[in-house]
Amino acid sequence: MIEKADQIFVILAHWLVSFLPAWLQQPAMVLLGVVAIIVTFPALFAITVLLERKGLGRMQNRYGPNRVGPYGIFQPVADGLKSLTKEDIVPLSADAVVHFLAPVLLVVVVFMGYAVLPIGRNMTLVNMDAGLLFFFAIGASSELSVFMAGWSSRNKYSLLGAMRAVAQMISYEVPLLMSSVAVVMITGSLSLGKIVDAQNQYTYGLPHWYIFTPWGFAGFILFAVAATAETNRSPFDLPEGESELVAGYFTEYSGFKFALFFLGEYVGMLGISGLGTTLFLGGYSAPLQVLGFVPSWIWFFSKIMLSMCVFIWVRGTLPRLRQDQLMNFAWKFVLPLSLLNLIVAGIWRFMGDGWLRWVACSTILLLAYTVMARVGMKREHFGPRSYRYAE
Amino acid sequence: MLGEGILKGLGETARNFAGSFVSAERLTTVQYPEERVAPIEATRDFPFLVYDGTDWEAGLRCVACQICEKECPPKCIYIVKSTDKKPDALGKPQIYPARFDIDISVCMSCQICVEVCPFEAIKMDTEFELSTTDRFGGLLYDKKELAKSNEHYHKIHPTEAAEVDARLAEEKAKSEAKAKAAAAAAAAKAAAAPVAAKPAASAVPAVKPAEGEKQG
Repeated sequence: MIEKADQIFVILAHWLVSFLPAWLQQPAMVLLGVVAIIVTFPALFAITVLLERKGLGRMQNRYGPNRVGPYGIFQPVADGLKSLTKEDIVPLSADAVVHFLAPVLLVVVVFMGYAVLPIGRNMTLVNMDAGLLFFFAIGASSELSVFMAGWSSRNKYSLLGAMRAVAQMISYEVPLLMSSVAVVMITGSLSLGKIVDAQNQYTYGLPHWYIFTPWGFAGFILFAVAATAETNRSPFDLPEGESELVAGYFTEYSGFKFALFFLGEYVGMLGISGLGTTLFLGGYSAPLQVLGFVPSWIWFFSKIMLSMCVFIWVRGTLPRLRQDQLMNFAWKFVLPLSLLNLIVAGIWRFMGDGWLRWVACSTILLLAYTVMARVGMKREHFGPRSYRYAE
Repeated sequence: MLGEGILKGLGETARNFAGSFVSAERLTTVQYPEERVAPIEATRDFPFLVYDGTDWEAGLRCVACQICEKECPPKCIYIVKSTDKKPDALGKPQIYPARFDIDISVCMSCQICVEVCPFEAIKMDTEFELSTTDRFGGLLYDKKELAKSNEHYHKIHPTEAAEVDARLAEEKAKSEAKAKAAAAAAAAKAAAAPVAAKPAASAVPAVKPAEGEKQG
């Protein structure tokens, strides 16, 4: 029974394709998986948007949307209908083809990332040996889409937003990869399935998640920071900083193309949350051994929704960074720490079992954190500003 | 320590989030169409024309002097003077506005028309639910739509309306006293030289000084 609940979608898919002729079963299985992903994650996107609007409202002591349906739960439906029925405006001087392709490309690449994510036990669309590599390679293409949008719009705000986006995404791509490499070093595999399997073990009923190790904890924090920047979320939302750039790279988008950007952004967030979950939070494994009876996919979805809530919480708390602060933070703090984290992961690997490696790794990381915070993030005082020419 | 402020901030937003569910005074939003906040007395949005009595057409205080039309910065008032005279609320024959239109899509709610009006005839309303499906005709208010009773004025701006009423009563008393004096003088004259003096002729000089006082 427990096994059946865990594997319900797999059994369902097998049952559905069993009606088809044998030569069609394999492609139909893949198609079913794709359809499931394309249906599930936009649904989660709708829930996330509602959660975000309600949650942000509550953090600012407002109600949030509460008019459409009971407690405003049909707000995403209303939003969707609105963006579908709005006029699609393409600027006269825009490059129409690229302008059209940019949102499509974004949505395509963010959905492609899900191909390798293990959503539950036996629920990976493509069980690739180099899944992690695939995810990052595909994820990097979203930068291309952002720049296409910014460049083709022929609008200074779009272009500035796109420039910022590309600078930011490339800067944070490095720590994002570096913090994931630590996981690969410990697991010895790029396969996301194997990474989850390595964490899906229990000692005294407690899981072997990587976040419960010093290097894993540091790696997770660094990963979360880099992922936030990678998905252009607040406080790293300079590319679309509405107070400066109207809407950044999608200023010139309206109607459904705008909705596609919106969808792409949130689905990308869900995807990177899924990756973070897989790498550090044990993927679809239960947080306690006794909870192992709950279906694995429930754990995966609750973990990514929990991380979305953290995204929202952070957005409700932090103001936007300045461009120089953003770059300083990336190159002077996050990158050195993630490099150091690789060394710590190596030390952890080769010190063998025992409490000594806990002490050693924690000490190194804490020390580095303190020193980096003092030195790297030191505020420079330039004294009062003087004007040589203006006055 | 780096990150301390972030944690503090996260705590603050978490407190707001949780607190907004338990304490109602945190939520300052007024759920508008269902809940309403009574407008404060100084609220103003668009002008209306005050009338005395019950008949809006007969009771309009406006005498179509066109001062407001000339002073209006965005030029949203349009007045056509009547060619004949009609008795006003006090029974005196006056020119009245044959047309008095205000385009509230142009009006900027500056209240200058109210300040320049010597007859206390135009005042600011507090009615704000003026949305209409016709953005041209629906927002161009004519005399009938603009006319509102003195009682309405008392309801929306009680203090101001009381002052205005006191001032008007004082002026009315003054002009009546003058008219009486003039009538008495006329009567005395008539007694001295028995020439038939028409009562209408005696009323005209009585009004003019009263108007002059108001404007000065």
